[in-house]
Amino acid sequence: MNTRRLVIAGLGLATLGAALGYGSAPRRPAYAPTGPGPHIPDVPVVTHDGRKLYFYRDLVQNRLVAINMMYVQCEGSCPATIANLRRLQALLGPRLGRDVFLYSISLQPELDTPDVLAAYAARQGARPGWLFLTGTPADIRRLRYSLGFYDPDRAVDGQLTSHTGMLRIGNDRTRRWAMAPSLCNAERIIATLNHMDTAMVATAHHQGPLPT
Amino acid sequence: MKHRHPPCLPALAQGDSRRSFLKLTATVAAAPLVGRSLGALGKDDEDEEDPPVFPPSPPTQAWVIELPTEITPLQPVTLDPAPTEAANRDAGEAGRADHQRWGELLPVLSYELIARENPAWEFNPAYPAQPVWGYQGNGGEVVSPGPVIFARYGQPIVVRIRNQLPADHQGFGSPEISTHLHNAHTASESDGFPGDFYSAGKFGPTISHAGEFRDHHYGNIYAGFDELQNGIGDPREALGTLFYHDHTMDFTAPNIYKGLLGFYLLFDDVDSGDEHDPSPSALRLPSHPYDYPLAFGDKRFAPDGTLFWDQVNPEGVLGDKIAVNGRIEPVLRVAARKYRLRLLNAGPSRFYEFYLVNSRGRAQRFTYIANDGNLLPAPLRDQTRVRLGMAERGDIVVDFSAYPIGTELYLVNRLTHRPEDTRQPKDVRRPGVRVLKFLVDRMPPEADVSQVPDLLRELRPLDPAEIAAAPLRSWIFDRDKGLWAINERYFDPDQVDARVRQGGVEVWELVNPEDGWDHPIHAHFEEGRILSISVLGRAVAIPPHERGRKDVFVLGEDMTIRVLLRFRDFLGKYVLHCHNLIHEDHGMMARWDIEPDTGQPPSGTGLAHSGSPTRGGRT
Repeated sequence: MNTRRLVIAGLGLATLGAALGYGSAPRRPAYAPTGPGPHIPDVPVVTHDGRKLYFYRDLVQNRLVAINMMYVQCEGSCPATIANLRRLQALLGPRLGRDVFLYSISLQPELDTPDVLAAYAARQGARPGWLFLTGTPADIRRLRYSLGFYDPDRAVDGQLTSHTGMLRIGNDRTRRWAMAPSLCNAERIIATLNHMDTAMVATAHHQGPLPT
Repeated sequence: MKHRHPPCLPALAQGDSRRSFLKLTATVAAAPLVGRSLGALGKDDEDEEDPPVFPPSPPTQAWVIELPTEITPLQPVTLDPAPTEAANRDAGEAGRADHQRWGELLPVLSYELIARENPAWEFNPAYPAQPVWGYQGNGGEVVSPGPVIFARYGQPIVVRIRNQLPADHQGFGSPEISTHLHNAHTASESDGFPGDFYSAGKFGPTISHAGEFRDHHYGNIYAGFDELQNGIGDPREALGTLFYHDHTMDFTAPNIYKGLLGFYLLFDDVDSGDEHDPSPSALRLPSHPYDYPLAFGDKRFAPDGTLFWDQVNPEGVLGDKIAVNGRIEPVLRVAARKYRLRLLNAGPSRFYEFYLVNSRGRAQRFTYIANDGNLLPAPLRDQTRVRLGMAERGDIVVDFSAYPIGTELYLVNRLTHRPEDTRQPKDVRRPGVRVLKFLVDRMPPEADVSQVPDLLRELRPLDPAEIAAAPLRSWIFDRDKGLWAINERYFDPDQVDARVRQGGVEVWELVNPEDGWDHPIHAHFEEGRILSISVLGRAVAIPPHERGRKDVFVLGEDMTIRVLLRFRDFLGKYVLHCHNLIHEDHGMMARWDIEPDTGQPPSGTGLAHSGSPTRGGRT
């Protein structure tokens, strides 16, 4: 099996653009090799409770995660998305922080400092297991691209107001990734999460987990 | 009705769809505070990320690997335990509703397919043998496409589909299945609804329990069973070239990409599958083993020659190698006689325009007999091209007797895409890319008695009064917040976007309000008739090959297609979706339910109400 890291690693980047004859090749290796599944960069991030962590090794590795992009001042899709995630948090109950982790990454890392995010998280009633994350703009941008939260049209991609409505869901243990629309209700979202949780037999929430 | 939560509305708070967003874009330079740029916020101009650009697949060895000279149809088996009307949970059957019309359509034959991994598939001799997913039948090798099922109208069957995919699988593809028989006139519980996925250890949100298998009941009746009361339905609704494929929610693209598809061919007394058929009703089209289905799938391979897929890429991956029945640049040896070739675009994202050319690249002529698997009223002779969006089919008859033994012909694809662009094709360019070589290597063992008559299958006449009286429902296919939406909603298996009445007729207006992408739209259950096509409000002629019955409607830029659909004989939940598998897995699917006709009008999204303008169209 392979990843796009392997693919990129398979050719020297300098030769990549020429080999493809395409206009613009990445200017640096965005991805480095490991096993099957997408590479999530191990960039430093700061949590709303002030911890400095590395995104992959501390937050993703061997976990089932759901990740969205947001910013505190967003008056567009974020309020509805965050409301859905609050409801998802309720549905997850004790699974949150144990089997499933939620990460909300700021699209305005310079404005959304840990203090700002802490206040926001408190307003949302975020429990342990739901982290709001910030970092350097460059690292956040790198994360955003690595998670597929971009539009190939640069004009569209550059627009904060129409930022991604995907909730990226990944299980690092199975190296499997998918997404759910973050504007769908929590019952719809948790079905995809449960599908990707190897411990779950039922995927619909109302049926609840079966004994393992 | 259960409505436990609000629908998935992407434009919930602001109504800031791409359309209004694009208007915003125009003002951004003048008023940067209106929509601050992520790039500027990123402050990383020296080191910008780009969408990933993948290296091309490594070189392949052309025209070495051979396709079998004839297909091997799946043989019936005796199922133990025997199929039952209700799901046989004790025996390991996954949850489903009871089979509809079981007593009327008792199966006369049973088949079994096992979804499994083949650990050592050879796409091409230049690539390492590697795992793919496919189907095993009759104890044979696990193959992709899976074994071909030959079915007949008037002979209901059960196909028991076992799921023995590796539960501990890592990487792209999810080892649960929900198998859709593309465009079969099938009861909902056998239709492969996306939320009905199952494995021994997991089950989808719309079924009640896990199981290792599911029995799919295919009645093999024509649509119109109730309407005609003749015990078989309306033969003008006959389907011919169908295919089964996985439809698991969120994972349809990777699961089909890994190989979960196969053909299902339906015959009757007209298209009887026997070119020697003495019956006066029989067309005597070229028949097995000279009736050959070909599935084309775009694939991308890593530098080490293994199949590559980027799970987090919101655009998917555009394949630069075309697998033909799972082999890249294969040879098909043919006899010097007529063949029926059934071409299928199996996706995930590439559009094709195929030409049959000789070794000097000159296009050869053939006869186009069926689109989307449905025989046209009359053959289109002297054709040179077959254009196929994802999931479209084109049946052609090629007469190889016109060529001396030893002649080499190639099927080439002349339709291009921009690099990495999975959204739409670009243009038609010669000479095209060779994807399959035909080698005329022998005389047939007997004289070719097959024919292509001047009349194939009658169409039910369109009734203007019926069309005028039918409810008009608009389905708008649009992009929103990095996802794909229908009527400003994303797919939710519990959200009923439309309720239609059993036995009802509706005109569905499929609308692409934007440019920049095409959507091949597939409605499950019954094929439809295109009533009109318009682009930016201007009528466009319906191409001759699209004037029959279709189940995939390729919506181009700024295009509106009106389609007449009937909803007969069964009840339950079905879907309408884009068959660009990336769009499908990113929200562009709607659930619609057929409900008993209680005299109530149909309901749900997109309905045009009298006195109000039709939603969304630019007409």
